[in-house]
Amino acid sequence: MTSLGRGASVALTDLEKSYDRVAAVAGVSLDIRSGEFLTLLGPSGSGKTTTLMMIAGFETPTAGDIAIDGTSVVGMPPYRRNIGMVFQNYALFPHLTVEENIGFPLKQRGMPKPERAKLVGEALELVHLPGYGGRYPRQLSGGQQQRVALARAIVFKPRLLLMDEPLGALDKQLRENLQLEMRRLHADLGITFIYVTHDQEEALTMSDRIAVMNDGLVAQVGSPEDLYDRPSSRFVAAFIGESNFLPATVRGMEDDVVVAECEGAIVRAICPGRPASGDRVLLTTRPERLRFTDGAWSSSAPQNRMNVTVTEAVFAGERCRYMLQAADGTAMVLKEPSSAAIRRRAVGERTEIAWSVADTILV
Amino acid sequence: MAVSRPFAASFAWQRTVPYLLAAPLLIFMLVFYALPVLSMLMRSFFNPGLTLSNYTSLPDDVVFIKVFWNTLYTSIIVTLGTLLLGYPVALALVRTRRLAPLILIVIMLPFWTSVLVRSYAWMVLMGRHGLINEAMMAAGFLDRPMRLLNTPLATQIAMVHILLPYMILPIANALRQIDPSLARAASGLGATPLGTFRQVILPLSMPGVAAGTLLVFVLALGFYITPAMVGGPREITLSMLIAQQVDQLNWSYAACLSAVLLATALVIIGAAQRLPGIGNAFKMSAR
Repeated sequence: MTSLGRGASVALTDLEKSYDRVAAVAGVSLDIRSGEFLTLLGPSGSGKTTTLMMIAGFETPTAGDIAIDGTSVVGMPPYRRNIGMVFQNYALFPHLTVEENIGFPLKQRGMPKPERAKLVGEALELVHLPGYGGRYPRQLSGGQQQRVALARAIVFKPRLLLMDEPLGALDKQLRENLQLEMRRLHADLGITFIYVTHDQEEALTMSDRIAVMNDGLVAQVGSPEDLYDRPSSRFVAAFIGESNFLPATVRGMEDDVVVAECEGAIVRAICPGRPASGDRVLLTTRPERLRFTDGAWSSSAPQNRMNVTVTEAVFAGERCRYMLQAADGTAMVLKEPSSAAIRRRAVGERTEIAWSVADTILV
Repeated sequence: MAVSRPFAASFAWQRTVPYLLAAPLLIFMLVFYALPVLSMLMRSFFNPGLTLSNYTSLPDDVVFIKVFWNTLYTSIIVTLGTLLLGYPVALALVRTRRLAPLILIVIMLPFWTSVLVRSYAWMVLMGRHGLINEAMMAAGFLDRPMRLLNTPLATQIAMVHILLPYMILPIANALRQIDPSLARAASGLGATPLGTFRQVILPLSMPGVAAGTLLVFVLALGFYITPAMVGGPREITLSMLIAQQVDQLNWSYAACLSAVLLATALVIIGAAQRLPGIGNAFKMSAR
């Protein structure tokens, strides 16, 4: 397939959408770079789909601006925007064959039949469905239908592809295969992908950057590592992966590290701001980054340590999962890779845990 | 011995229930519909002895040929009229959320009034000094009243009005079943609103169009009251001819004409069922 060139850049500025004065999108500003795979991630009702629909042109913003490649598209009907779109329910035309479905956008652009057939053939190959051109959508499986929808969305070489939970209706195995294929397709085509999902694992696996949305606003934008290692809010820390939350009182600052008192221990945490001494704050850390010390575990990196009581121990195959209780009663989770060589903890055992300061974030 | 008796009994009983539920209607239809139709058909073969003469003479019967074609012609015009007027209404019914109940009431209201009353209403409207003529004259379009009542046009207008719901409802039903994301997909893929309608909405609504067309055409074939009341004296339809023959106690010929009318309707329904795409119109609209 010929090179499509780089993808479009999309700039959302203070984008708002209200229905009967209820804001679905309450002021979203986001710069999506050319050729990027950006995911809008959020729970249902967070405004991610509404945002996507406004970019596609199916919804009109109440306020704010959408610019594609620097040109505002607000008020431009969808059929002039030249954007590829994949819907959750595939939205294949049931009365047209696979070939006719994929050729549909080319036909709208007045492309003659022979040329159309050639591009349709290439698109079918790209999604691994050569030979399926004569079938009707109802004769295909869900996964095959979604591949046809994908082929139809890229056959006219748009510079921007929008996807609204495209894998939501598929089973896990198929979903994982298609995730990899979409990544490959993204790398091959070099166009900009904007992907909507509520599945955080899917977002982490596929995206260059993720915009986490909540209540119509962008809570945080960043690479998967950024969001996982340095969540900026309690919502992001809780929504992406599993997190422990420790209420603490600020005692001082050491360069960029905040020193806080928490559960009778002194805990250090990474902190972007400069909280004042005495502030009540919330620290977060990931369960798989906690370790039992047995009074001995050491590391060259700075650590936090805390005394805890084991309240629940679950063996889950690849890992063991422990519920712990800190001195003041805060519940924590610790995940440890399982090994026959590691002693399993008993419920009621009093022990010490440690974790890196770098893995402790003030949110 | 293998199957316990209560189980076997309840199994047989379950299979009988549907027949029992349908039985009262089936018996009613047999006694008051199937038997009379059968006796009528029998009558058409006696003149007065057993003969096919009623049927064999039809091709040379000038009056019959004229009436038959007039009936078909009227039905075609009325079907086209309801289709052209009904499709946009069906589209509006499905597309507008707020106006839909109002549109539905406007469609259904005349539906609940008797055909006789509505035909009288058309007589009042289209009469020599009816509302239409008076209004046209007052507006200066006409110098003297034009002849509207008792013309083929009057029949066609009145029949279109009466049969419109039978066209609108199946089409609206088919339109309602089209996934709204298909129109969005088409628009996103570059189809203009007109292109989306022509390439996606219209083809997907064809089962409803087929069902409505069939329904209206077959009903129009047998229309009697309206053409008799507002139609022209020379534009006689098959049903009017039948009534006329019955009046003249020409039972055998009337029965033969009825058989022809019935056969025409059955042939059209049968042919429509066989057409690809239209064949499952009723199945699809029933889904």
